[in-house]
Amino acid sequence: MIEVVNLTKRYAGHLAVANVSFTVGRGQIVGLLGPNGAGKSTILRILSCFLPATTGTVRVGGFDVFSDTDEVRRRIGYMPENNPLHLDMRVREYLKFRARLKGLSLAASRERVATVMEMCSLTEVDRRIIGQLSKGFRQRVGLADALVHEPELIILDEPTIGLDPNQLRSVRQLIKELGRKHTILLSTHILPEVEATCSHVLILHQGRILASDRTENLQRNIFQSGPAIAELTGSTTAFQEFFSVQPEVETVDIVATDGDWKRITLTGRDGLDLRPLIHYWACEKGWPLRELTHGRHTLEDVFVKITRTEKEE
Amino acid sequence: MRVYLTLLRRELASHFVSPTGYVIICVVLLLLGFSIMDMLPKLNGDATDTPITRIFYATVYFWMLMLLTTPVMTMRTFAQEKFTGTFETLMTTPVSDTEVVLAKFSGALMFFMVTWLPLGGYMVVLNEYTNQTTTAFDYRTLLCTYLGIGLLGSVYVALGCFASALTRSQLIAAAVSYGLGLTIFLLSLRSLVPVPMAGWQAKVFAYISLTEHLEDFSRGIIDTSNLVFYLSLTGIFLFLTLKVVESRRWK
Repeated sequence: MIEVVNLTKRYAGHLAVANVSFTVGRGQIVGLLGPNGAGKSTILRILSCFLPATTGTVRVGGFDVFSDTDEVRRRIGYMPENNPLHLDMRVREYLKFRARLKGLSLAASRERVATVMEMCSLTEVDRRIIGQLSKGFRQRVGLADALVHEPELIILDEPTIGLDPNQLRSVRQLIKELGRKHTILLSTHILPEVEATCSHVLILHQGRILASDRTENLQRNIFQSGPAIAELTGSTTAFQEFFSVQPEVETVDIVATDGDWKRITLTGRDGLDLRPLIHYWACEKGWPLRELTHGRHTLEDVFVKITRTEKEE
Repeated sequence: MRVYLTLLRRELASHFVSPTGYVIICVVLLLLGFSIMDMLPKLNGDATDTPITRIFYATVYFWMLMLLTTPVMTMRTFAQEKFTGTFETLMTTPVSDTEVVLAKFSGALMFFMVTWLPLGGYMVVLNEYTNQTTTAFDYRTLLCTYLGIGLLGSVYVALGCFASALTRSQLIAAAVSYGLGLTIFLLSLRSLVPVPMAGWQAKVFAYISLTEHLEDFSRGIIDTSNLVFYLSLTGIFLFLTLKVVESRRWK
């Protein structure tokens, strides 16, 4: 569906995207993961024909985004960052306006608008002015707009930014449902977001792709192997002495919490999951254990991890 | 064509469904009223064969309207969409740059013409209360004046669209179009002010003078050279606007 070959985008004086290549197959939900300023929006803007690439070729559905602009634009539904909408229009009016711009006939636009409003649960606000809607509703108006013309590819730039947990869940659910019929490319800087919705992940950092794989593979290799966290009762020195000599343990971090409880963060050597061992040790030593969990990696950890392995190679 | 009409409808709605639109209409109404007040004493004098529309056009308010309202009407066209980001959603739908520019231009021009409608009403009222044996004005001169206003307006609206396309800030757009508009207007007077010129310079400045060309219209004369002058100026500014919109995709 998307083919990007050696894409480079240079703004005056700084390199936003450096020689990036990737492909996205039909029917995938791909997450473009990276911190702010990694070049996510730039890539999405190039894909949606809004900006030209400095060098490299980008094809969507076999059409070049620079020379076959109209063909590409007909095939994509794009929701830019911060979801800009005409705030003075009413929901149904806006969606109809957008549908007409995207080439739907009057009858078809009426029908499609009704369908997408149903899909995005907008029917109850169809006559409301967009500027008066809550952020969650606005986001759904943006999504409805992106899919009103049944595009093959839906491009969403930070679709869940600024939503409260309930809205977040419903938008994610919607994206997942859409993924059954459409190819979706979305960008985000939130790690759990990718894990929750995407089948594939591209990790972008400083304009370069660091990793690209199926989500479950990356989860196994990078996301899941976080540190083990245990809360035990005992003295700090005893814990320190014990854990630092275990061959399976790489680093130890002990923080005192309430009472005699200590929160101990342990990382295993070579990404080993220490949780079964901790349980075993606690039983053996007779330490009371009240919590055993594993810390999730933050995005920074993932970057540190990937950049470190790259350097070693 | 479908895209053009859809966009045009949206443009007209944005002019008429916003408070700004009605503020502009009120200001125009006020200035037009002043300009009629200015005219009335002149009509009390001796009999003259100067058409009433010619007198109207010579009042200072006419030019104030032309120069002051068009930047305010056109400043939003591109700048606001760029500022809010809707320009991005617009340009990522399969629309052509030409359609977008034309829709924004014609939407603003239509709104501009609507603001001038009260002028016709004033003329009708004047005609009603003047001596019925001599007609105060000929409706054909009025139509001709409207044609002149429309053509001059299209130059200023096109100029305003160009200024708006250059920037994300409506304030800068208004300032640029006001500055450019005023410059063109002052150049029109260059052959007379500060001292009347002679020779070829006078001729050159007279050719590019907006005021000279408009005068014919207010007398009820449609001269092709005037049509060509205004239409080509409009064309130049629309072409520049199109190029600015396209420049986003220049490598």
